[in-house]
Amino acid sequence: MGNNEYGDDPVSAEQYFSFSQQLAERGVSRRDFMKFCSAMSAALALPVTFVPKIAQALDEVKRPTLVWLEYQSCTGDTEALLRAASPTVAEIVLDILSVDYAETIMTAAGHLAEANLDKVVKEEKGKYIAVVEGAIPLKDGGIYCCVGGRTAVDRATEVCGGAFATIAVGTCASFGGIPAAAPNPTGAVGVKEAVPGATVLNLPGCPLNADNLTATIVHFLLFKKLPATDSFGRPLFAYGKRIHDNCERRPHFDAGQYVEKWGDEGHRKGFCLYHMGCKGPETYHNCPTQRYNEKTGWPVGSGHGCAGCSEPMFWDRMTPLYRRLPTVPGFGIEATADKIGLGLAVGTAAIFAGHGVISAIRGEEKMEGKKREDLIHDKDRR
Amino acid sequence: MSKLVIKYVWEIPVRVTHWLNVVVILTLTATGLFIAHPLSLGDSPSDFAMGWVRFIHFVAAYVFAIGLAVRAYWSLVGNKYSSWRTFFPYLNPDDRQRMWATLRYYTFIDRRLPHVVGHNAVAAAAYFLVFLLYLGMIFTGFALYSEHAPGGFYAQTFGWLTHLFSNQTLRLLHHGFMWLILGFVIQHVYSCWLMDIKERGGIISSMFSGYKSIEEE
Repeated sequence: MGNNEYGDDPVSAEQYFSFSQQLAERGVSRRDFMKFCSAMSAALALPVTFVPKIAQALDEVKRPTLVWLEYQSCTGDTEALLRAASPTVAEIVLDILSVDYAETIMTAAGHLAEANLDKVVKEEKGKYIAVVEGAIPLKDGGIYCCVGGRTAVDRATEVCGGAFATIAVGTCASFGGIPAAAPNPTGAVGVKEAVPGATVLNLPGCPLNADNLTATIVHFLLFKKLPATDSFGRPLFAYGKRIHDNCERRPHFDAGQYVEKWGDEGHRKGFCLYHMGCKGPETYHNCPTQRYNEKTGWPVGSGHGCAGCSEPMFWDRMTPLYRRLPTVPGFGIEATADKIGLGLAVGTAAIFAGHGVISAIRGEEKMEGKKREDLIHDKDRR
Repeated sequence: MSKLVIKYVWEIPVRVTHWLNVVVILTLTATGLFIAHPLSLGDSPSDFAMGWVRFIHFVAAYVFAIGLAVRAYWSLVGNKYSSWRTFFPYLNPDDRQRMWATLRYYTFIDRRLPHVVGHNAVAAAAYFLVFLLYLGMIFTGFALYSEHAPGGFYAQTFGWLTHLFSNQTLRLLHHGFMWLILGFVIQHVYSCWLMDIKERGGIISSMFSGYKSIEEE
């Protein structure tokens, strides 16, 4: 008999996980835990009656197996997850997960590590969660990203295809992101496109907000299913609202108070960054409310416009980042739609002014000409 | 000698939608340019300068869209000068000939102006393109408008455009179409001025009264 309920049976320890015990070990009070449950119900837009249910779900949870695959990425999403300032309840929630494979943090290496992954895919088919970070290249048979001698697309098809669900973290895994930016030399795509058969939930962002990943996992533990998504496969609780509509600078937008130049008086006073090309009006993410780094800040709050990083192909579509409108294709980098438009208007005016002058000085035949072949009878054609 | 007859050409819905278009296109252009390049008009965060400008833009957009729908409906039930058929002069031989004659006149090849009662054939052909431009403006506009309420009526009706073109491309198209419409306005005002002088049928005043002076045999 061991000292605790799990005894020395390693299988039980793997399957059951006492949340209360974990909290006690880490010195987190029950009060802090309930505060976390309230925050999670708020993040998921659930009624307050769900708070005890969340607490219960976390307490009784069986450890779901999770594998974290990393392909064409900068590891920014792993960083976002690991760099919590202090041990938080969220971290413990992530500890609930039995992370059996994660390149950045696992101790196993080489064939041992790959064997771990093979074991999960084989033994937990349809039950484990796959997290993918980074884009997957498809060009030339996918040879531009290989792990353990196999291409990313080959491995992802196997792992994501057999998973209960795949969570694509960050914009690269969701939509291809920066590796897929023009001219996309490696033919990079997001997980959903690389593995069409997989159930994929997209959590884009550059990096993703770790709170949204925690909330997604809490949702999964609570309801045993994935949250409702929008047409881009992003959960509505985090991507259902436009940044512009929840922005703390929004009153300045409506009032007509804008930053006109970096560092001007408006910028120092925290006016709206719309004029500086902020893409908040076209980006769906919960940055203004959820924020980053322990909810201390986010780009617009720090005085920089939104780059639209949670939208598909933002690197190509949202640039130039500091202008409202994209440049007009084929007219060079400095041509704006307005310069071309104004040229068009002035050109039109000039052409017709010239036409008018010629018409005025030109002799003409009288309208009697209509009596000849160019007379069109005013017959009713209806 | 021919005698001059006064003919009722432009019915009320045609004239009303025309002048509504004038008002709303000017309004939409002014407010639209402000939205694209806002001035810092607000003195305090409690002001509502951009709020009002956008409100006016959206109301004018509704008027514009409804006006276009009314005019499209009238092209089915109105008189022959307002019929949809008149906008496709290249589809029948009489009009085709008239269109070539007008083009020859415009390009100074010919000095004779074809005799017309309703729309001049070249103008009518151009109006169909302008109609398409208006539709493009309305679709891109409402697609951008829909973004404040994902899942709402407009997002469901026009949201596919955002998927097809991306938001920023829609913005560029919406902006570019404006300049094309302004180019059309310049051309349109000039041509009316020219035809008012050359045709002597009172084409400009006919857009107010509905009546045109037509020479008959």
